Amino acid sequence: MLEIKNLTANIDDKTILKGIDLVVPDGEVHAIMGPNGSGKSTLSYVLSGREGYDVTGGSAIFDGFDLLEMEPEARAAAGLFLAFQYPVELPGVNNANFLRTALNAQRRARGEPELDAIAFLKLSRAEAKRLSMPDDMLKRNVNVGFSGGEKKRNEVLQMAVLRPKLAILDETDSGLDIDALKIVADGVNALRGPKFSALVITHYQRLLDYIVPDRVHVLAGGRIIRSGGPELAHQLEADGYAAIVAEAA
Amino acid sequence: MNVTLPLSQLQAGAQGFLARYDAHGMAPQRTEAAALFARNGLPGPREEDWRYSLLRPVTDVRFVSPDDAPRDVSDALARLPKIDAPRLIFVDGRFRADLSDLPAGVTFGAPAYGASNRPDQHKLVALNTMLSEDGVTIRVPAGHDAGTILLVSIGTGNDVSFHPNHAVTIGDNARLTLLDIALGDGVYLNNPVLSATVGGNATLTHLRLQQEALGAFHLSTVYADVAASGTYDSFALTLGARLARMEVHADLNGPQASAHLNAAQLLGGQQHADFTTVIHHAAPNTASRQTVKNVLSGHARGVFQGKIEVDRIAQKTDGYQMNQALLLSPDAEMDCKPQLEIYADDVKCSHGATIGELDGDQLFYLRTRGIAEAEARSMLVRAFLSEALDPISHVDGRAAMEAAISLWWDRHAQ
Repeated sequence: MLEIKNLTANIDDKTILKGIDLVVPDGEVHAIMGPNGSGKSTLSYVLSGREGYDVTGGSAIFDGFDLLEMEPEARAAAGLFLAFQYPVELPGVNNANFLRTALNAQRRARGEPELDAIAFLKLSRAEAKRLSMPDDMLKRNVNVGFSGGEKKRNEVLQMAVLRPKLAILDETDSGLDIDALKIVADGVNALRGPKFSALVITHYQRLLDYIVPDRVHVLAGGRIIRSGGPELAHQLEADGYAAIVAEAA
Repeated sequence: MNVTLPLSQLQAGAQGFLARYDAHGMAPQRTEAAALFARNGLPGPREEDWRYSLLRPVTDVRFVSPDDAPRDVSDALARLPKIDAPRLIFVDGRFRADLSDLPAGVTFGAPAYGASNRPDQHKLVALNTMLSEDGVTIRVPAGHDAGTILLVSIGTGNDVSFHPNHAVTIGDNARLTLLDIALGDGVYLNNPVLSATVGGNATLTHLRLQQEALGAFHLSTVYADVAASGTYDSFALTLGARLARMEVHADLNGPQASAHLNAAQLLGGQQHADFTTVIHHAAPNTASRQTVKNVLSGHARGVFQGKIEVDRIAQKTDGYQMNQALLLSPDAEMDCKPQLEIYADDVKCSHGATIGELDGDQLFYLRTRGIAEAEARSMLVRAFLSEALDPISHVDGRAAMEAAISLWWDRHAQ
C-alpha cells in the first residue's frame, strides 16, 4: 500500500526528515508517535503534497503511484486522505457542496460516474448520523464556527464519504474530549478492512486505546528510531519519549 | 447636434454648443448645464473625490454623437439574461421602441431630469444634462408592485458618447426591481444619470450589471432619495469597461429609511473601476449597509470610496461598511477610502477594509480533498464574493449575476 524509502525533506534549507523508512501494508493501521518537533506533521504534509517542503531524497510509493511526483488533488483521487491537525475554515463555502464537489472531482479523475445531488445527500446524511453530527453541520460553511471537536468530526465525515485507501490522521485527537475521541475513533474503525490503511500520527497513547494499531513507530529527530506492536505505545506512555530516544542514540 | 470635439475641448466649446441648442429650443436644464460645464469642465486630479480615478483616457478620445444609421445589436441582445420581464432597450443612449417591451406605467420622453438631477453639484451630471438625448421616466403608483423591469444600454462603438438621463419614482408602499444592464462593443462613453425617488415604505431594488466593452468608458451617477421606511436596495456588479466609475448618492430622508449599496468589481488586464458612494443619513433610525468586494487580476486597479454623513438629527443611525479586495496578481492595485462624517452622538457606524491574496492553506485544503487547483481557486473566489451576492433575493437577478461572474472567471482563471 504505502512504501516510504529513505525519505528526506527540508523546510527553508533546514532538514526535517532525515531518512524515513516505513511500510504500511494493505488493511493495516500504523501509528507514528513522537515528541514535538520530531517531523510528524512534516511527514504528513510531504505525503499529501503541501507546497514549501523540499523533498531532497528517497521515495514514497502508494498503491503503485510515485506519490511525490503527483499534485495534491491527484494523490487524493488515487485514494490518499489527510485529516488535518487544524482543519481549515472556508467562509462562504457550504459544507455539503464542498464535500460533493470533492467526491465528484475524485470520481471524475478515476473515470467513475458522478453522484447526483439526491444520492449524495443520502450518503452524507447517513455518514453524518453515524458520527453523531447534527444535519445542520452539512448546511453550514466548512468548519466556520465549528468547535474543535466538530472540526475533527467533520474531517472524519469527509473521510467516511470519500472512502480513501490510505488515511493519514495528523493529531486528530488533539483538542478532543473523551466523548468526541470515541466518536472519531469509531468513525475510523468503521472504515477498517482489507482495503483501508491508516497512518495515525499522535503525541499521546490515549487515541490508540480506541484505534488499536497493528504497528507503532517512534519518530524522533526526523528518523523512525523504533517500531513495535501496540505495546510500544504503552511503554512510551509509561517511560516517556526521552528514555527511548536516549536508548536509540 | 454633432459634437466632435474631444471632451477636453468641449468645455471651451460649450457656449457654442449652447447656442446651437438654443436654436432648437431645448430644455432650460440644458442651458443651465451647458453654462455650468463651460465654467467647470470635467472632474480633475486635484479634486479629492477624483484623486484615484483620472479621466485623462476619456478626455483624449474624440467622441462623436450617435448618428442615425441603423445598428445591428442582435449580438448584444443575445447576451442579455433570459428573464421574462418588460425591457427598455437603449442603443447608444437612444430609446429603441422596436426592441423594447413596454411595461405599464412607464412614460418616455426627452431626458427625464428627475428631481435630484443636480448639474450644479456634479460635473458629470452637468455634462449628461447638457448632452442628454433620451431617457426613461418610470413611475410606480402608490401601493403597486411593478415586478421587474430590464433597463438595457447597448453601446455600438465608433467613439460615440451618450448620456441617458433616467428618473424612477416609486410611490408609497410600492415596489420595483430594476435590472440595469450596460453592455456593448468597441470604444464609446456611456455617461448615464439615474435619479430615483423612493416613497414611504416603498422599495426600489436596483440590480446593476456593468458589462461594457473592454474599450469603453462607463461613468454613471445615481441619486436615490429615500423616504421614511423606504429602501433603496442595490447591488452593482462591475465587470466591463476600460475605465469605469459608478457613483451613488443615497439620501435617507425619513425615519427607518435604509440603503444597501453592495457591489462587486471583478477586473483584469488594464481595467480601472471605481465605486464611490455617499450615504447621507438625514433622519433618525436610518440604516445603511455596504459590502463591496473586489477581485483584481493582471494590472487592474480597483477603487472604493465610501462616505457616510450623519446629520445631527440622525440619532440611532446604523451604518455598516466593508470593503474587501482579493488581489490575484502582484501587479493589481486597490485603493480604498472610507470617510465618516458624524454629527449625531448616538450612532452605530462601523467600517473596515481588507486586502489580501487567495489563502494558501484554504487552497491546499481543497486540493487534498481532490479538487483541482483551478476549481479550488474558483470556489474560493465565489466564496469571497458570496457575502455581497447573498443579500440579492431576486432569483433571476441573482442568477444573471452568477452567470456573468462565471463568464468572467472562465476568461480570467489563471
